[in-house]
Amino acid sequence: MDLQKFFEMGGYAGYVWTSYGLTALILLWNWWAARRSEAEAQTAARRRNELALERLS
Amino acid sequence: MSWTWFHKLASPPHAYRILGSMAPWFGWASLALILLATWWGLVKAPADYQQGDGFRILYVHAPSAWMSMFTYVVMAVAAGVGLVWRIKLAHAAAAACAPIGASFTFLALATGSIWGKPMWGTWWVWDARLTSELLLLFLYLGYMALRASFDDPQRADRASAVLALVGVINVPIIHYSVNWWSTLHQPASVTKFDKPSIDLAMLIPLFLMIAGFQLYFGWAVSRRLRGEILRRERNANWLKEAT
Amino acid sequence: MTPRQKRMVTVVAIVAGVGIATAFALKAFNQNLLYYYSPTQVHAGEAPASRSIRVGGLVENGSLARKPGSMEVTFILTDYAQKVPVSYTGVLPDLFREGQGVIARGRMDGNRFVAEEVLAKHDENYMPPEVADSLKPHLDAANSAAPGST
Repeated sequence: MDLQKFFEMGGYAGYVWTSYGLTALILLWNWWAARRSEAEAQTAARRRNELALERLS
Repeated sequence: MSWTWFHKLASPPHAYRILGSMAPWFGWASLALILLATWWGLVKAPADYQQGDGFRILYVHAPSAWMSMFTYVVMAVAAGVGLVWRIKLAHAAAAACAPIGASFTFLALATGSIWGKPMWGTWWVWDARLTSELLLLFLYLGYMALRASFDDPQRADRASAVLALVGVINVPIIHYSVNWWSTLHQPASVTKFDKPSIDLAMLIPLFLMIAGFQLYFGWAVSRRLRGEILRRERNANWLKEAT
Repeated sequence: MTPRQKRMVTVVAIVAGVGIATAFALKAFNQNLLYYYSPTQVHAGEAPASRSIRVGGLVENGSLARKPGSMEVTFILTDYAQKVPVSYTGVLPDLFREGQGVIARGRMDGNRFVAEEVLAKHDENYMPPEVADSLKPHLDAANSAAPGST
């Protein structure tokens, strides 16, 4: 496969690579944001449990 | 009719556990499919007879546009179930869908714009298809803003569910806009009751990418929904085990 | 009716109500939602002559002409029933070619449509060049068989 030809995308390099790059960016953002949302909720829940335990003792 | 099975399935600890064990499968399968489809679409698929290699934007544009509508339907159905059966988990699922759907909608608009510039000769036009898809983005953003404006989660659930249901009418409008009105955007190539207007060699990577996006949505919604469940369940015993 | 059934009816009523209201609204504004007029509509006088409009159709085969030494092009837009001659000065999009659908924005100047902007419309077909070549005889036959295309 001719790599240079591949990257040129028949003259549409700017448009094609920007689209794919943007897609990768959005998918990565979703991945990061979903993980963070879950992790934050877990940390908060853990803290609530610890507080509840302290109050009991 | 008894709905006990339904409520059992919707019990937070049960859902939390199932989502947690499903998410990794969704995640790895989607990664594999998206990578395969990207290679297939960029390298293996032949160039188009009119658009040359520029048509390859299709493989990110069409799946994200599909997901933007699919996610909204899921969100509206979940909101409706939440309203009728008073199931908190359903409301939580609707809330988990919104940011994912908004990001897909943004992606569909952005890649469409990038594709439109060289092919149509413009970044943007106010035709029925593009305008209704932009409205979808505002519906997602409005849904999230409405939720954020309530302190009481129950009231946020009910108010936002009504908005989700009202907005669902926009989904068939987006889909059929290209048939109902003259638009710059072309009619559907695949989602129609007819043979697809796209060559098989180009269709396979498109289906792979859509499947990959679909699984990716499954992963993201599982993660976010687990977070939503934890945030809503206060001082429940099972939380101790879950964390 | 149980409370749950009542809520179910409410949800169905919301979706149905909004759906019907939207359908009426869209029907009322139907004309404004059309992105462009066809050459037939222009000839029938359905397009306003006083303001800028869009006309969409196919670029007739063999009608594209460039004025030497300038960016001005002229071509004929057709919907196989009526024709509108167009003149335009500027850069044409990549998909602009004879036999292809385009949308021109501008106004009528006598019989001629003077375009300020020309956008290419592409169809829903995607295929490799080899497949297009093998289909070409059929397409050409279909084009010349269409009424008013010559």
